[in-house]
Amino acid sequence: MSDHNYTPSSKFGKWFNDRLPLLTLANHLTDYPTPKNLNYWWTFGGILTFCLITQIITGLVLAMHYIAHADLAFSSVEHIMRDVNYGWLIRYIHANGASMFFLAVYIHIFRSLFYGSYKAPREIIWILGIMIYLLMMAAAFMGYVLPWGQMSFWGATVITNLFSAIPLVGESITTWLWGGYSVDNPTLTRFFTLHYLIPFLILGLVVLHIWALHVPGNNNPVGIDIQKPSKDTVPFHPYIVIKDLFALLLFMIVFAFFVFYSPNILGHADNYIEANPLVTPAHIVPEWYLLPFYAILRSIPDKLLGVVAMLSAIFILAALPWLDTSKVRSAVFRPLYKQFYWILVIDVLILGYVGAMPAEGLYLLIARVATAYYFLHFLLILPILGKIEKTTPLPLSITSPVLGGSADLAMAKNTDVRKEKL
Amino acid sequence: MQRIFKILFFLLILNTNFANSISAENTSKLLTTDWSFKGPFGKFDRASLQRGYQVYNEVCASCHSLKYVSYRNLSEKGGPEFSVKEAKAIAASFEITDGPNQDGEMFTRPAKLSDKFVMPYSNEEEAKSANGGAYPPDMSVLVKARAGGADYIYSVLLGYVDPPENIKLDDGVYYNKYMYGNKIKMPKQLSDGLVEYSDGTNATEEQMAKDVTSFLMWTAEPHLEQRHKTGFRAIVYLIILTVLVYFSMKKIWSRVETNV
Repeated sequence: MSDHNYTPSSKFGKWFNDRLPLLTLANHLTDYPTPKNLNYWWTFGGILTFCLITQIITGLVLAMHYIAHADLAFSSVEHIMRDVNYGWLIRYIHANGASMFFLAVYIHIFRSLFYGSYKAPREIIWILGIMIYLLMMAAAFMGYVLPWGQMSFWGATVITNLFSAIPLVGESITTWLWGGYSVDNPTLTRFFTLHYLIPFLILGLVVLHIWALHVPGNNNPVGIDIQKPSKDTVPFHPYIVIKDLFALLLFMIVFAFFVFYSPNILGHADNYIEANPLVTPAHIVPEWYLLPFYAILRSIPDKLLGVVAMLSAIFILAALPWLDTSKVRSAVFRPLYKQFYWILVIDVLILGYVGAMPAEGLYLLIARVATAYYFLHFLLILPILGKIEKTTPLPLSITSPVLGGSADLAMAKNTDVRKEKL
Repeated sequence: MQRIFKILFFLLILNTNFANSISAENTSKLLTTDWSFKGPFGKFDRASLQRGYQVYNEVCASCHSLKYVSYRNLSEKGGPEFSVKEAKAIAASFEITDGPNQDGEMFTRPAKLSDKFVMPYSNEEEAKSANGGAYPPDMSVLVKARAGGADYIYSVLLGYVDPPENIKLDDGVYYNKYMYGNKIKMPKQLSDGLVEYSDGTNATEEQMAKDVTSFLMWTAEPHLEQRHKTGFRAIVYLIILTVLVYFSMKKIWSRVETNV
């Protein structure tokens, strides 16, 4: 990469950069050669960074006014909504921000699935991403508990009770998590502490995620390896910066619609009822973004196996780079995979839908079929597909329309690409 | 580009349809009326909020608290907008317990603007024992705490009908067409002419239900008007900025022969 030879022009800059190469880093970030054919699905990385920062800043302000105590949490949230200047805005941004964050992360993940961005040499980026996603779910779940409404309390009860499924030590672990014999004040205070901590862990992982990305560079819609820099790439600034900004603004418009015109639509009405350990709500449902996993959990009649299935559904993603045996990355050149990809998308949407419905009758049956298919996709279809699928010819480079490239790394590198800097 | 707009459009449709699908879960289709606060430019009808306060005070307040609302809120912008003098007079008509004083004793005094609404019962147990074991919920955020929102509250208030023949009701339990499970421990409260509106409006059952529900919508979302107004400005600003950034992007990318 060219930026290794970067020398600051000013004397002070050079002195500083020799001691802490921040300017080299800045130069790398602006010059970073990016494939010029990236489509708008690639803008969600930037959008997600925006979401994380928004959550951290609004969360910081909320934490200044929120009181983590079982008797006061609900009324402190009402205090924020009523008496804190623009408290309603901050809280609605934070609450809807979580949903927007997950909306963006699901698009980001499914983009990666479509274009095979998890494949070599990007496995570590992918695994870091899954870790971020796991932490996001933990943070979101604990954040939902903090207002101490009915769904907060009963959601926390259901999820923490899952740990009691662990043989022998389950009960002790649950008691340890609760800090008592039921979800109560000690649970609330520790959830608040962890909810405050996790976003910074995510931030750390995001830095690693981007660092790992900058080693091989971005994948692209064609999915072939390209020379960097070359006529196939553009410098990150201003090309990608302005494009990401444009996409971010469109995203912010959607975000603003939720915050200003239907701020409670993604939440559950019961969470405006203060937590009451003596009254169980008719249906306990998690937030929409956890519904597919909730459906998997409930589709298994055995509690322990249900928990195992739910966790496997997430962890199986980490093994994806090795489960998918095809050397071709982009689904554009994989006619069969493309169809199975869309079936998986529909399958996950169905899981999300039945996750919101009562676990009985037809819904339960659908949930079981959809769960089985989810695992089938990763454990059977993907490994076999890579072996039997006849892929369509790859182009030699992004810019040349000539087909006949190969998924083989060595061959791809030998393609005739002029080392032309933009 | 076209794709993006399609997705945006889809999300907005989803956004507006979600509320309907939630309320559709109810047993009967909810009643509705021409709420002035609905929609992106929705505002409260001041006169209706003031009448709604009167209904709350004369009918609901004997059982239902509004513990997160202060008397000062009554005169604040975006609410019923009573004058400060009127709000002070309203507050002063309630006695609250304060203290301890220098002698260590609790005393009562007229409420001030800074006080929260006086609660009808001193605790939940007292409320339950006075209401046949049912706890009249605090109404501060009631509208947001029920799927269906304002329509649901409005419907329940007007939903008292004779029970179908196959349903037997215990003493102190009433049949309501719109209540979850159709059984409610609150008897029918509103009847034509129950309240004499100071502004001369005809106090029909529907009118009172509408006014008090509007008032409760305000107690649940006191900053609704400001939210709508700020939202409009924010979105117009974002759209203008998006257009500007779009053309800058086109200009910048015109140096490369790739479309964005």
